[in-house]
Amino acid sequence: MNNIFNYIDRPSPIHSLTGAAKFVCLMLWSFAAMTTYDTRMLAGLVILGLILFRVGRIRIKDVSFVFSFMAFFLVVNTIMLYVFAPHHGSEIYGTCTYLLGSGRMGLTAEQLFYQFNYILKFFATIPVVLLFVSTTNPSEFAASLNKIGVKYSIAYAVALALRYIPDIQKQYHEISQASQARGIEMSRKAPLTERLKAASGILIPLILTSMSRIDTISNAMELRSFGKKRRRTWYMERPFAPADLVAMLLCALLILISVWLTYVNQGRYYNPFK
Amino acid sequence: MKNFSVKHIVATGIGAALFFVLGRFVAIPSGIPNTNISIQYGLLAFIAAVFGPIAGLLSGLIGHFFIDFSFGWGIWWSWVIASAVCGGIIGFLTRKLKIDEGEFDKAGIVKFNFFQLVAHLISWAVIAPILDILIYDEPANKVFVQGLVSAGVNVVTTAVVGTLLCIAYAASIPKKGSLKEED
Repeated sequence: MNNIFNYIDRPSPIHSLTGAAKFVCLMLWSFAAMTTYDTRMLAGLVILGLILFRVGRIRIKDVSFVFSFMAFFLVVNTIMLYVFAPHHGSEIYGTCTYLLGSGRMGLTAEQLFYQFNYILKFFATIPVVLLFVSTTNPSEFAASLNKIGVKYSIAYAVALALRYIPDIQKQYHEISQASQARGIEMSRKAPLTERLKAASGILIPLILTSMSRIDTISNAMELRSFGKKRRRTWYMERPFAPADLVAMLLCALLILISVWLTYVNQGRYYNPFK
Repeated sequence: MKNFSVKHIVATGIGAALFFVLGRFVAIPSGIPNTNISIQYGLLAFIAAVFGPIAGLLSGLIGHFFIDFSFGWGIWWSWVIASAVCGGIIGFLTRKLKIDEGEFDKAGIVKFNFFQLVAHLISWAVIAPILDILIYDEPANKVFVQGLVSAGVNVVTTAVVGTLLCIAYAASIPKKGSLKEED
């Protein structure tokens, strides 16, 4: 079941952190990267992320699956940003330095810098997300949610989702193959509306079996008195070690730096044009 | 958290798993980033209509979070939150529909589709773009075009897939009073 999220079981200092600590770190990190637009901070986060990648002993080869999505996403987004607002950069930085051409579609240094920051912001979170995905056992992830204060019924819903994703995936595949064997066209050869209809045809048996699955599981859980007490224990839960606390403190520091930079720059941006 | 029974917890989990599988493996790109023709919103509307706002909200949140996670392009919070809001609103608006008692007639279909239209417009054409502007400081015209396109696409897929699912599910449930004593 771990393969969908690409969990890689390979001992490293990052693997040995508890899931809860890593989740808190991920949240703090992405929050810090979300709030700031300071070039220096973002560049620092990118470099720090790449270093952590080494520490976590994750190789580029392990995560190469994301590159095509990422490239597509970035290229389309970059083009759209430019087409829709070629002077957004000038609005942000307050100056307008033409590099190429002039007028509405003219390329300005400010726009270039803004889009560079945008891409940088993107790369500031990707390494940590990948690192989290590759080094955290999904079952431990659910247990860790409860530990950081999420109600256990919700943490359990997350655990259930993780548990049943492979089953549902397998079932979807089986139903889809059965329909295709009966001549329902799902590939690119069929027009879009036909494909949508065919997909709904697969969905109906899938959903109806899932509904009876919901009944079965909830009956089983109710028979075992799930939800009767206010607390529960988790098999995969581990207590915090000093390393976890240090990691969380360091990530909290990132947020402080981000806030401090916003104060120093008088805004989210670092402006080299002034 | 009233009325949030074991069954709702399980429905949230299974709903999120279904949302993930449909979004991750059945996605058809529409040519605009973050914007897939995604049949999972039909499913989300169905789960929300049957199990209520909390199950809808959490299924959207967990399912979308996992999708972003497994694609590895980072977590696009603005859109994750929009998915959750969408499930929550549909669940809240459709609370009077009794699909789980086997009732889903023409009036029900019209109501369901009106509610999902409202929910999609709020989440994709208002919440997602505003969060994108707050977090990424993207130009407003870009994010609103993105939002409107995905709202439109999601409304259409929900109208097709979600309605079909509700009809099929309602038909599979014996209606109240469908048993008669023999004369």
